[in-house]
Amino acid sequence: MVDLQERQAAAATAAASPAIHCVELSKHFGRTVALAGLTMTVPRGEVFGFLGPNGAGKTTAVKLLLGLLEPTGGEGWVLGRPLGEVAVRRRVGYLPELFRYQPWLNGGEVLRVHCELARLPRAAWKAETGRVLELVGLADRAGDRVRTYSKGMQQRLGLAVALLGTPELVFLDEPTSALDPVGRYDVRKVIHHLRDQGTAVFLNSHLLTEVEMVCDRVAMVDRGRVIATGTLDELLGGRSCRVRVTGLDVGQRRVLTQQFGRADDDGEWIVFRGLEAERVPDVVAEVVRLGGRVYAVEPRHETLEDRFLQLLGEGR
Amino acid sequence: MLDFAPVLTFAKLTIWEAARRKLLIAVVILTLVVIGATAWVFHELRYASGPGGGPELSEVELLLLASQVLIFVVFLFAAVLALMSVLVSAPSISGDVESHLVLAMLARPVRRSELVLGKWLGLAALVVLYAAGAGILELLVVNLTTGYTPPSPAGLIAYVAAMGLVLLTFALLLSTRLAGMTAAIIPLIGYFIAWVGGIMGGIGAAFDNQGLIVTGLVSKLLLPTDGLWRGAVYAMEPATVVATLRAAGRLSGGNPFAATDPPAPAFLAWTVIWFVLMIGLTLWSFQRREI
Repeated sequence: MVDLQERQAAAATAAASPAIHCVELSKHFGRTVALAGLTMTVPRGEVFGFLGPNGAGKTTAVKLLLGLLEPTGGEGWVLGRPLGEVAVRRRVGYLPELFRYQPWLNGGEVLRVHCELARLPRAAWKAETGRVLELVGLADRAGDRVRTYSKGMQQRLGLAVALLGTPELVFLDEPTSALDPVGRYDVRKVIHHLRDQGTAVFLNSHLLTEVEMVCDRVAMVDRGRVIATGTLDELLGGRSCRVRVTGLDVGQRRVLTQQFGRADDDGEWIVFRGLEAERVPDVVAEVVRLGGRVYAVEPRHETLEDRFLQLLGEGR
Repeated sequence: MLDFAPVLTFAKLTIWEAARRKLLIAVVILTLVVIGATAWVFHELRYASGPGGGPELSEVELLLLASQVLIFVVFLFAAVLALMSVLVSAPSISGDVESHLVLAMLARPVRRSELVLGKWLGLAALVVLYAAGAGILELLVVNLTTGYTPPSPAGLIAYVAAMGLVLLTFALLLSTRLAGMTAAIIPLIGYFIAWVGGIMGGIGAAFDNQGLIVTGLVSKLLLPTDGLWRGAVYAMEPATVVATLRAAGRLSGGNPFAATDPPAPAFLAWTVIWFVLMIGLTLWSFQRREI
């Protein structure tokens, strides 16, 4: 009994501050493991990128956190409340990956239905629907039936639905999948707006460049597990440098790559990771000393994509 | 635990959808056409002559004839209502799950049970509204054309509406697990089997055949549509018809358009239990569905 109370107290303390906290959360569908054991903490007020290849369990994780699915194992808290609690959903917004809204209603009516389901005070409905329609750029189409909307407009409507009632946490599952570049830019603006007002955003995406542009912190998942998590700076670990080299044999190349830390030998190109800018001339000098010829030197930032592919490669 | 506000929202949404999809207007227009056609039939009855161009029907003959024709007309309405109840309910939950429409709604502070009950309530309102509207209009037409009113108009409408509710409830249960088409076909086949089962049970009772009696009873317990139909028939039979049937004894037992007694209170109690069980099963089934 005391044990249980202690556990509950500990859980409550752990869950008091973060937007999301989960420990070994798992979901099996029959014999298929959709999520193997998700452990992570999403702080309040930050934009959190949840990255992973298709089938990594991203959407399953979101559904578990929203209480749309029952976990097979593990536990979790959203805004300090245990998973599956109904009342906490008043403070949460959600844009599903496969978004669809009543085609026989118009955009404004869909939003009013959601105001009703979200228990917003009736007096606030008009202002609130107007506000979110303006935010997602749909104000002039609010009176049209959803069935006349393009896919991109339906996704904008879904975003508007997710923003109703100024939630403390918003789940966006691939929010730009149906949008053109202008739409993507608009979504980034909306996400920045949410962060400015202190809303935590859980962004599910495989569009790494997008995530890089808006997220404060990311978790990378593969086959139902987090393989890396941290701020972008922590994950990317500074600069890298790409050098095109010929005239070195396998042994010489190995000497070179071992000398300068993390490096990938990719045929003609050798990529040195986490290399300080002032060491680039040393790399070139060493290539020349070993008898190699240098054709190109490209210092650059490591992208999230590089890091992601590298981590995936290590894990497999 | 259960909150009534979201239940009402989902009920309203269900009726709204039927209205917006022009389903209601189509059904109303078709029903009006059928009622118009039956008005003509009943009007013709009044001026029908006897055999070989003899004198017109007497008042008693006319009322008797009207009561029998009404039973067939109501049978037609009941079949339309059965079809409509099933076709509207069968895709109701499965369609929303397959199209992912439920995701955004269930992520709100609502329970799955509230969605199921809301859908049931909305569909039930449509069924009762149709049964009452079409029933009252048809009875008015019969009364105006022939002067005949069945002994228990309210009972008639209640029994027909209950048949629709049974089928709607069954189809909604299947809709939590099966695709729309499958969830529609099973209750419709069940409806016909229960009808035939009722005839079998009647024949069994007439000829003291235990096998047939049990068949009739089982079909009545599994799907109480035919038992309710007999209630509707009884509500439409004038005292003279009931007396004639009773005099004919057990030979009238197999006739699906005749009833010598009102449904037993035990059967009506079972029907209420049946509804509770089926709705409970529907809630349980949808609660466990992965979405």
